[in-house]
Amino acid sequence: MTTFSTTHPIWGRSGFAFLLSDTGGKILLGLLLAAVILVPILNLLVPASSPFHISTFMVSLFGKYLCYALLALSVDLIWGFAGILSLGHGAFFALGGYAMGMYLMRQIGTRGVYANPTLPDFMVFLNWKELPWTWYGFDMIWFALIMVVVVPGILAFAFGWLAFRSRVTGVYLSIITQALTFALMLAFFRNDMGFGGNNGLTDFKDLLGFNLQTDGMRVTLFVLTAVFLAASYILCRFIVSSRLGRVLIAIRDAESRTRFLGYRVANYQTFVFVISAMLAGIAGALYVPQIGIINPSEFAPANSIEIVIWVAIGGRGTLYGAVLGAILVNYGKSYFTGALPEAWLYMLGALFILVTIFLPKGVVGAWPTLKAKLQERIQSSKPKLEAAQ
Amino acid sequence: MEPEAALDRRLPLLSQKTLLLGMRILYERLVTLAFVLIALLISALPLQAASFEDALTGFTADSFNDTAQAIAAVTESGDPLAIQVLGALEEARLMFSAAAQKVYFKDKTDKLFDAATGVALATAPSDLNPVRLNNRLRGLLGTALGTLTLMAPNASKRMDAAQSVFKSRNASTLPALDKALAQEKDADVKEAMLEARAAIILNITDATPDEKIAAIAALAERGDNDAMVMLRGLPADAPANVKQAAAAAVNSIQSRLAIWGNIQNLWYGLSLASVLLLAAIGLAITFGVMGVINMAHGEMVMLGAYTTFVIQEFFRSYFPGATDYALIVATPAAFLVAGAFGVAIERGIIRHLYGRPLETLLATWGLSLILQQLVRTVFGPTNRDVGAPSWMSGAFQVGQMSITYNRLWIIVFSMVVFAALLALLRYTSFGLEMRAVTQNRAMASAMGIRTGRVDALTFGLGSGIAGIAGVALAHIDNVSPNLGKAYIIDSFMVVVFGGVGNLWGTLVGALTLGVANKFLEPFAGAVLGKIVILVLIILFIQKRPRGLFALKGRSVEA
Repeated sequence: MTTFSTTHPIWGRSGFAFLLSDTGGKILLGLLLAAVILVPILNLLVPASSPFHISTFMVSLFGKYLCYALLALSVDLIWGFAGILSLGHGAFFALGGYAMGMYLMRQIGTRGVYANPTLPDFMVFLNWKELPWTWYGFDMIWFALIMVVVVPGILAFAFGWLAFRSRVTGVYLSIITQALTFALMLAFFRNDMGFGGNNGLTDFKDLLGFNLQTDGMRVTLFVLTAVFLAASYILCRFIVSSRLGRVLIAIRDAESRTRFLGYRVANYQTFVFVISAMLAGIAGALYVPQIGIINPSEFAPANSIEIVIWVAIGGRGTLYGAVLGAILVNYGKSYFTGALPEAWLYMLGALFILVTIFLPKGVVGAWPTLKAKLQERIQSSKPKLEAAQ
Repeated sequence: MEPEAALDRRLPLLSQKTLLLGMRILYERLVTLAFVLIALLISALPLQAASFEDALTGFTADSFNDTAQAIAAVTESGDPLAIQVLGALEEARLMFSAAAQKVYFKDKTDKLFDAATGVALATAPSDLNPVRLNNRLRGLLGTALGTLTLMAPNASKRMDAAQSVFKSRNASTLPALDKALAQEKDADVKEAMLEARAAIILNITDATPDEKIAAIAALAERGDNDAMVMLRGLPADAPANVKQAAAAAVNSIQSRLAIWGNIQNLWYGLSLASVLLLAAIGLAITFGVMGVINMAHGEMVMLGAYTTFVIQEFFRSYFPGATDYALIVATPAAFLVAGAFGVAIERGIIRHLYGRPLETLLATWGLSLILQQLVRTVFGPTNRDVGAPSWMSGAFQVGQMSITYNRLWIIVFSMVVFAALLALLRYTSFGLEMRAVTQNRAMASAMGIRTGRVDALTFGLGSGIAGIAGVALAHIDNVSPNLGKAYIIDSFMVVVFGGVGNLWGTLVGALTLGVANKFLEPFAGAVLGKIVILVLIILFIQKRPRGLFALKGRSVEA
C-alpha cells in the first residue's frame, strides 16, 4: 500500500501527469479541442456553398453523439473499473434530462398554446390549477443545473448504499438496476406524476433567453457538450488513476479479497456509482436542449442495455474506448436506420453477440493484439528474407 | 269424453229402443257441439288474425305516435310472429308499403316476409320503406320485447328478459312479469324474475311499505352492485321503516361484496401467479443450474406462442373440424421448437461465455433483438390471434364473481407443468445429473457426468418450458413480437425474489408477486401497484440478497 502512494502518478510530479501516459486520452482530448475550434468556424463562418461547410443538422447530430459518449463514459467508469454492470443508467440520464426539460418548460411561459404564465401546457390541459411542488424552483437556471446532478446523485446514493451495503453484486445488481429504470419508466408514463405523461416535455423555446433553434445556439450547445465531455474524461481519468481508482480495480478483480484487506468496499462502490450517475445526469441535461424533447421512453430498459454495448464495443475499462464505441454505434444506427431500417436490429443484435464472444476488449483492446501479431509476423518474416538473400 | 262416459254408465240399463233414442240424442248433441266448436273457431280465428293485422297497419302510417300504438297492440296480440316483427323493427328490418297498406319484415339475409302471415314473398312491392324509430320508441320497443320474451319457450331467453326488466325497472312491465312468474317453472329464471319484480316494486309509488320491505329483502338476497345502487336510489320520501330496511340491506350487501372482492382479488392474483410461474420457471432452471442470465428467455416464450399460432392455422386450413385439438399438438411442438433453439443457443453462444455472467447477459440480449426482428420479418409486426378451443372459452359464476375457463385451465396447466418438472428433477437420471452439476460442477465432472451435455440439455429444458409458457400466453394475450419483452422483467423479479436453485422458491415467488400485485391494484391502480412491487423487491433484495430460498454453502459464491 505504501508503494501505491509513493508511485502515485498525480502527487509525484505535475498536476496532469496522469494524462501524459494516456495516449488514447491525449488523442481524444486533441480531437475534442479541434472540434471545439473548427466546428463553429466551419458552421458559422464558412458559407453553405463551400465543401468544408458543416450543416447545422450535422452539428446537432454530433452534439447528440457526444452526449451519448458522455453517458458511455459514465458507464465505463463503473463497469470498466469497479465491475458494476448497471442496466439502469438510462434512468440517471433521463432524470438529468427531465431536470433540464423542466427548466426549459418554465421558460416557455406565455408562449405556450394556453399562454399560462406559470403552468406548462400539459398541466393546463389536465385542468390543474397550481404548480406541483416538484416543479418549484425550476424557473431558475442555477436551481435546475444543481438538480441535474443532485437528483441522479441522490437516487444513485440511496440505491447504491442499500445495494452495495447488502453486497448485492453481479447479475443480481444488474437485474435490480433494470427493475429500477423500469419502475421509473412506468411512473413517468403516469399523467398524475406531473411530468407530462407519455408525451414528456417538449416544444422548448429558449435557454437563458437565447432561441434554441438558431445556428449559433446549436453550435454553442455542441461546444458545451464537447467541453463537458473533455472535462468529464479528465475527471474520470483522474479518479481511475488515483489511489481510489486502484482500490476500485482491486474490487473489480477480487471483491472479497479487497474487503479482507480492510477496505470498505461498499463505500468505494457507492462513491463511484454516484459520480457516474451525476455524469449521466449531465449528459441528459446536455441532450435535451439539442434534441428538443424528453419523454419516459428514455427510461426503457432496452436503452440502458444499449449503452452497455457501446462501452463493450469501444473497449471496456479504457474510458476513451467508451467514447469511441458510443460514437461508432450511434453513427451506424443513424446510417443504417436510414439506409436499411429492417437490418439495424439484426446488426445491433449481432454486435452484442460477436463483440462479447470475439472482442471481449472491444475495438480499442483489439488494436494492441492486432499490432503485436503484425509485428510478430514482420519480425518472423525478416530472418526468412535475409536467409533467402 | 263426457258423452261417452255417460253412455258407458247408462248402457246396462237401457233397452234396445232407449239405446237407439240415446244414440240419437247423443248424435244430436255431438253435432251441436261440433257446430258450436266450428262456429267458435270461425269466429275466433279471423278475430285474432284481424287484431294482429290491424295492429300491424299502425306501422304503415309513418307517424311515431301510430307506431307507438302499433307496438303496444302487437305486444298485446300475443301473436307468435310478434317477437319477430318487433325484433325486425328494432333492427330497422321492418318495411311497409303505403300503397298496399301492408307490413313486411326482412330476415338477416334480406329475404322479405309478409308480417301478418310470415309467408316468404317472391317479389317485393315497389314502395317499400323501413319503419322509422326515435329514442322514445326504442325505449318502448325494448320494454315490449322484454315483456314478450318473458314468456319465451327458451329458458335462457326468459332469463335475459328478466335481467333486462331488472335493469329497466319499467313499471309497465309489472303485469306481464306477474303473469310470467305465475307459470315459470325454472328456479333460476323465477329468482331473476322475482328480483326484477322487487326492483320494480321498490320504485313504484303505490306499493305498500310491507311490499317494499319484501322487495328490499329480495334485492339484499341478490347482493350485487346493481342491487346496492338500486337500494341507494330509494326515493327520499319513503317511510322510515322502508328506509331503515334499505340501509341495513345496503350494509349487508357491502360487507358481502367486500368479501367477494377479496376472493376475486385472490383469484386474479392466482391467475397472474400462474402466468408468472410459467414464464419464470424456465428461467429459474437456467439461472439456478447454470448461473446464466438468459435475456432471450422472453423470446423463447414468444417462439412458443408463434408455434401455437402456426399449428392452429395449420389445423384450421387442413382439419377445420379438429381445431379444438390443435392445443394437444401445439404444446409438445412449442416445447420442441423452443427447446431446440435453447440447445442451439447454448452450444453456439453461451458455451463460449461460461464464467462471464455479465457478458452472457449482453450476448443473450443481442440474441433477443435478433429473434424479435426475425419474427417480425417472418410474421409481420401486427398482433396475431390464437383462438381458444371451445372448452376453454366461456365462464361460470361462483357467488358474485365469474370465473373464466381459460384462466382456470391456465392455472391447472401451470400446476401440471410445475409438478412434471419437479418429478423430472427428482426421479430421472437427467434430473439427478442436473442437481449434481448445480451443487458442485467440478465434483460432478470428476464423477463422470458430462457437464457440457447436461448444460446444453438443461438450457434446452428451460427454454422448452418457456415455449410451453408461450402456448398458455398465446391464449390470454396478443401474439406479437414483443410478447416476451412484456414478461421478462416480471420473470426476473420472480426468480430473484424466490431465490435460485429451488423450484419451490419460484412457486412462492410467483404466488406472492401475483397475489400482492392484484391486492395492490384496487388501492394504487395497476401501474402504481407494479411500481410499488418493484420498489418492495429492490428493498427485499437488500435484506436477502439471494432471494427467499437461497442456496447455502460453497455454491453461493460460485
